Amino acid sequence: MSLPAPAREALEAFAACPGWEQRARLLLQWGERLEPLDEDERNEANRVDGCDSLVWLVAEQRDGAWHFRAASEARVIRGLLAVLLARVDGLDARALVALDLPAWFDQLGLARQLSPSRANGLNAVLKRMAALAGR
Amino acid sequence: MSLMSPWRDDFPGLSALAAEGQTYLDSAATAQKPQAMLDSLLGYYASGAANVHRAQHLPGERATRAFEATREKAARWLNAVSTEEIVFTRGTTESLNLLAYGLEHLFQPGEQIAVSALEHHANLLPWQQLAERRGLELLVLPLDADGQIDLDQAAALIGPRTRLLAVSQLSNVLGRWQPLPELIALTRAHGALSVVDGAQGVVHGRHDVRALGCDFYVCSSHKLYGPDGVGLLHGRQEALAQLRHWQHGGEMVLHADYHAARFRPAPLGFEAGTPPIAGIIAFGATLDYLAGLDAAAVVGHEAALHAKLLAGLAERDGVRLLGEPQVALASFTVDGLHSADLAHLLTEQGVAVRSGHHCAMPLLKRLGVAGAIRVSLGLYTDGEDLERFFSALDKALELLR
Ligand SMILES: Cc1ncc(COP(=O)(O)O)c(C=O)c1O
Repeated sequence: MSLPAPAREALEAFAACPGWEQRARLLLQWGERLEPLDEDERNEANRVDGCDSLVWLVAEQRDGAWHFRAASEARVIRGLLAVLLARVDGLDARALVALDLPAWFDQLGLARQLSPSRANGLNAVLKRMAALAGR
Repeated sequence: MSLMSPWRDDFPGLSALAAEGQTYLDSAATAQKPQAMLDSLLGYYASGAANVHRAQHLPGERATRAFEATREKAARWLNAVSTEEIVFTRGTTESLNLLAYGLEHLFQPGEQIAVSALEHHANLLPWQQLAERRGLELLVLPLDADGQIDLDQAAALIGPRTRLLAVSQLSNVLGRWQPLPELIALTRAHGALSVVDGAQGVVHGRHDVRALGCDFYVCSSHKLYGPDGVGLLHGRQEALAQLRHWQHGGEMVLHADYHAARFRPAPLGFEAGTPPIAGIIAFGATLDYLAGLDAAAVVGHEAALHAKLLAGLAERDGVRLLGEPQVALASFTVDGLHSADLAHLLTEQGVAVRSGHHCAMPLLKRLGVAGAIRVSLGLYTDGEDLERFFSALDKALELLR
């Protein structure tokens, strides 16, 4: 399956990173790209629990394809959300459920961000996405 | 000045972590272990395991003797009146739950339990839930700006309806000693029981439960350079006598029938089931190790490290301490930055510090911060660990600003 254009872009950019520092800078830059959420979208229902820093996730379905928007107070988390959304945006529910997201983060050199002791809540976001897509 | 710890080489975990590029500054969460403890753990298993207090055979007798020796060492460490005052538990959390269940029968609806605003969840939730079960009022003693329980307000709140006070000796977030003598005297004046959460306090300096005068003192082995899964509950004899048994099973019973049973008094009556034998024996080895150190030198080293930590944090723009820490640790936020971002970038650089709410959500809420970074020290921490932390912090600040 071919990657969506933003995912290809992320892959190229992160693959070119020679070290943690460049990767961190890139992650912070990607975080700035997140489409902002309205104040009233940052509500209890959209909040993803299990996050050290607050994360909100909004899902919409248009013509069978899922569109997610997400926000966080923490900039690194915003970056992680941005590269996550780059990979999943526009997929239909079946493709979304079938997606191997740990492999995606691994390709970007960000696999450790999914490790169980990380309280950054990325795992909770993945679970929420799958639940939303599967409903 | 380099601030070398003369005891660092006694802790093999530190060189293993260093070989992985990790700087360990999270000792308040759990401490590294001395070789003497590792030897003891292996020695017990390697020379033949056996259950305690049950069998007459030689291995059982040997295990029981070593096990009970730790009770003596713990009693000596805390200056307890006798070994009968030392109950082994699985940790501070279990000790506090034991108390909240074992003392439940003493409370009548409308009576009060006092805790402070800085308690770890382990010393908040068992009392909160007890209050809910028995229809009690939970008093929360406020703090002053430095992070110390405010004695005037405590004196105004604690009254004749107060039956129990449960407070930390040293805050795991604010790094501040709490005014225990005054609080315990206040509690005693109203005929209430006092419980001290010594999980952090026991690690720094030697403490004398007789001098403190509290009814109960609890702590965990794993923060005191011992194995995990082991904790202590110290109770004054008269206080222990008020406890009802809470976990029932093997070895805590004197006589059992199908429909009734009589139980042992403390300590064995509160140690139902097979205890963590290896851990308790190895905890004894840790206490021996610690007793062999020059206590004043340890305190001096830790104080010098702490001063260096505070000085380094003070030098950096926008760093805000939580409270005014006195020993062992410092928690901080940086203006305009999220602690999760800082934590992420410190982790990337191999600096192991804690971030988040530190199991004290209500405290952080009251301080108006969502999360904080905590740097904590052990007796094996070197000045160089702090230097690595500061250069990683500077790099993180540069990236985030
Ligand atoms: C002040 C305080 N109380 C209680 C605890 C709980 O200790 P444990 O998890 O060993 O039961 C901790 C541990 O972080 C603590 O710092």
